[in-house]
Amino acid sequence: MEKPFDPTEQLVLKFGDIFTRQTTKDDMLTLWLPLERLKEVLFFCKNDLRPTYKFLYDLTAIDERPRKREPDYPSEQFTLVYHLYSYDGNQFLRFKIALKENALSAPSITSFWANANWYEREVYDMFGIRFEGHPHLTRILMPLTWEGHPLRKEHPARATEMGPFRLWDEKQDREQHALQFLPEDWGLQRHSEDSDFMFLNIGPQHPGTHGVIRLVLQLDGEDIVDIVPDIGFHHRGSEKMAERQSWHTYIPYTDRIDYLGGVNNNLAYLLSIEKLAGIEVPERVKVIRVMMCELFRIASHLVWYGTFAQDVGQLSPVFYMFTDRERVFDIVEAITGGRMHPNWFRIGGVAQDLPIGWEKLVKDFLNYFPKRLKEYDNLVMRNSLFKARTVGIGIFTTEEAIEWGVTGAGLRACGLEWDFRKKQPYSGYENFEFDIPTGENGDCYDRARVRVEEMRQSLRIIQQCMENMPEGSYKADHPLTTPPIKKHTMKDIETLITHFLGVSWGPVIPAGEAMVCTEATKGANSYYAISDGNTSPYRMRIRTPSFAHMQTVPYISKGYTVADLLSILGAMDYVLADIDR
Amino acid sequence: MEKGGLHPMIIVGVVLAALLTIAPGLIWLERRMLALWQDRYGPNRAGPFGVLIVLADTIKLFFKEDWIPPFADKFVFVVAPAIVAITVLMSFVVVPFAPGFVVSNINIGILFFLAMSSMGAYSIILGGWASNNKYSLLGAMRGAAQMISYEVFMGLSLMGVVLMAGSFNLQDIVYAQRGLWFVVPQFLGFVIFFIAGIAETHRLPFDIPEAESELVAGFHSEYSGMKFGLFFVGEYLGITLISAVTVALFFGGWLGPAFLPPVAWFALKTFAFIAFFILLRAALPRPRYDQLMEFGWKILFPLTLVNLLATATILLWMES
Repeated sequence: MEKPFDPTEQLVLKFGDIFTRQTTKDDMLTLWLPLERLKEVLFFCKNDLRPTYKFLYDLTAIDERPRKREPDYPSEQFTLVYHLYSYDGNQFLRFKIALKENALSAPSITSFWANANWYEREVYDMFGIRFEGHPHLTRILMPLTWEGHPLRKEHPARATEMGPFRLWDEKQDREQHALQFLPEDWGLQRHSEDSDFMFLNIGPQHPGTHGVIRLVLQLDGEDIVDIVPDIGFHHRGSEKMAERQSWHTYIPYTDRIDYLGGVNNNLAYLLSIEKLAGIEVPERVKVIRVMMCELFRIASHLVWYGTFAQDVGQLSPVFYMFTDRERVFDIVEAITGGRMHPNWFRIGGVAQDLPIGWEKLVKDFLNYFPKRLKEYDNLVMRNSLFKARTVGIGIFTTEEAIEWGVTGAGLRACGLEWDFRKKQPYSGYENFEFDIPTGENGDCYDRARVRVEEMRQSLRIIQQCMENMPEGSYKADHPLTTPPIKKHTMKDIETLITHFLGVSWGPVIPAGEAMVCTEATKGANSYYAISDGNTSPYRMRIRTPSFAHMQTVPYISKGYTVADLLSILGAMDYVLADIDR
Repeated sequence: MEKGGLHPMIIVGVVLAALLTIAPGLIWLERRMLALWQDRYGPNRAGPFGVLIVLADTIKLFFKEDWIPPFADKFVFVVAPAIVAITVLMSFVVVPFAPGFVVSNINIGILFFLAMSSMGAYSIILGGWASNNKYSLLGAMRGAAQMISYEVFMGLSLMGVVLMAGSFNLQDIVYAQRGLWFVVPQFLGFVIFFIAGIAETHRLPFDIPEAESELVAGFHSEYSGMKFGLFFVGEYLGITLISAVTVALFFGGWLGPAFLPPVAWFALKTFAFIAFFILLRAALPRPRYDQLMEFGWKILFPLTLVNLLATATILLWMES
């Protein structure tokens, strides 16, 4: 990778010396800036800075109050964090703003960044920070009737801290009432000049949504006038849970974020932790991880493939594809002992070495699967009815995709050749030969084509892993590797103590912050890990691709029909747990 | 009535008994065949090869609470599922299963069949409307548009056959195919009739009024118990009807080499079409509702007219 470009100079030239620099473990340029300049700085970064930072990658906040801080740390109570990304410069930029508890409000940037909308609502929901000028600042993940803001440190994390749950009649009525959709709240009309609109709930329980999400459709006949997505039904507070788990015991929770992506989640989490801990993993670990990730990418894409075909009414493919997914899981099971949620990567390595005979399993699959992919092409991709339902449906351009924070196959389908495995290689992806498939039209069909091709590329990577698996240890020789290496524990008291603490408390990850962006099965996924030198994370921000993708649905579905909406949702490949976390 | 034929009441009894066995049998058959094509087992527990699954299902449906949603239009809600079963069963009245083996050998058989299948559209429209549910309403609207449109091509596509046979009577039409099955000269008519038949029975790929992944269950979302069962049986009777009529009109009905009795030939051919229906369901995705209408009005409609015109011209030319 070329040396990262430093835009600080330009910023200082434009705005004066208002920035404070913070060094972080991930070497991402991190600048503090005063609240009142926030909007203009971000606007400048998006439009006039060279290179431009067009992509609002993430927006979140931190409750800093009980944090053990460095004396020169600029924030004492709340911090807003903006992650920007530049496709031109291939680099991230992190802005932080200190907020006071008695004035929890910031200007909204929704006026020039479309995808800030949901992120700002989430921050409001979780921290109670208000955004002035936001078009619809309401709770997004928690129920509208919720009291308190869950990611504040005073909010309880466990049900047992909250007293037994009761649902008396009046409360039930209140909850029911809160779920009622009132078009006026969203600025939607009930009638047009010549017709009455119908408001149709797709979900929370619906065969076409693949999970609990509610899309309120404003319909004129069967044409979609507008959509209001209602998310949060699958919200389990993963970010909050991180704050009471040890660094090690949080790994199984990550499995369940994108529950089709399996170890891809582990990897995104662990790369950040290993950055914080300063662990350099052995080559063998890297290659094992890459192989497992690609197997899971295939497994995840197969689920998408089958269910997408089912969404447009084709009954059979889903059965073939789930059968093939079982074959992937056979390999996963032989290696990890688990299937969908193997919880198998560890801080500084993986749980065990590869079992004897793993090559044969992988080789059999590599021989078997390409033929099946060809068959599926004939069955699905070349089917003219399938094309009729997907070609030209749900189109967005590269600019729109970037504006809305679309990553992964959706972005590549617009023609932008962008894959974080290639552009910001992690875990040794730079050593593998593979192509980034792209589309041209940015419609549902192209998104499908890109994913199908990605499976072929994943096979290539797996083949290279199999042929070039390095010898060596499956764990890094580092005191923070968990569970720690036991080699010297019986000879050396210091190692014994470290081992004992590492196993009983869990590792103590040094204070700092780090984020590594990975190309997960559905798009860019990362864990922004903040440690204050404790046995559990101080704050764990999970940036998931599906959240951003779901936010685009109203924008790209307007003017299409109900049937098209199902094509759009199917082609998007989202997982509810990945949206709600 | 055909002289020397069986007493019509006996025929009615036999036909009704046969149909009411075939429809549930088809459910089992479809599930097994789909399973076979989809690399899975399908129902295989109740009875040998799972054949009793339908019996088990029927018992379940009978004992389910017969729930009528409080917001529904009660009378219409109850009547709608009966309409589909009645109209399809009535259509069988004119189908000749073997020489002389027809309930009512009326001379406007085809018209009667078309009329009855048009009536079938009412069950969808009324059922969806009476349910007072948005999904049902959308399904019903789609169903109404689809069935009424495809009615047109269905009727027109048969006119070629009528011209060639010179009769609306199905038995006469079968006799007229002794030399050559009408599928050969009327191939276009057959294809259009079969496509329209799929749309009439709203089976996948044209199950747009139900469209599970979009409209949950479309027009019959609110139905449960035996009322749902009637829609279900009605659908399978519909498949049998379309297959039987296709056989009678285009594939020589009961005609065939003498080593099998005529009824057996008829049953065999009908079965082949039923299997084709099921295969279609396993293979194809569903088009969008407007695409279906476009396909109908812009492609099928002109084609039927061309077919009719060409048939008429050739017949006139041959006569003169």
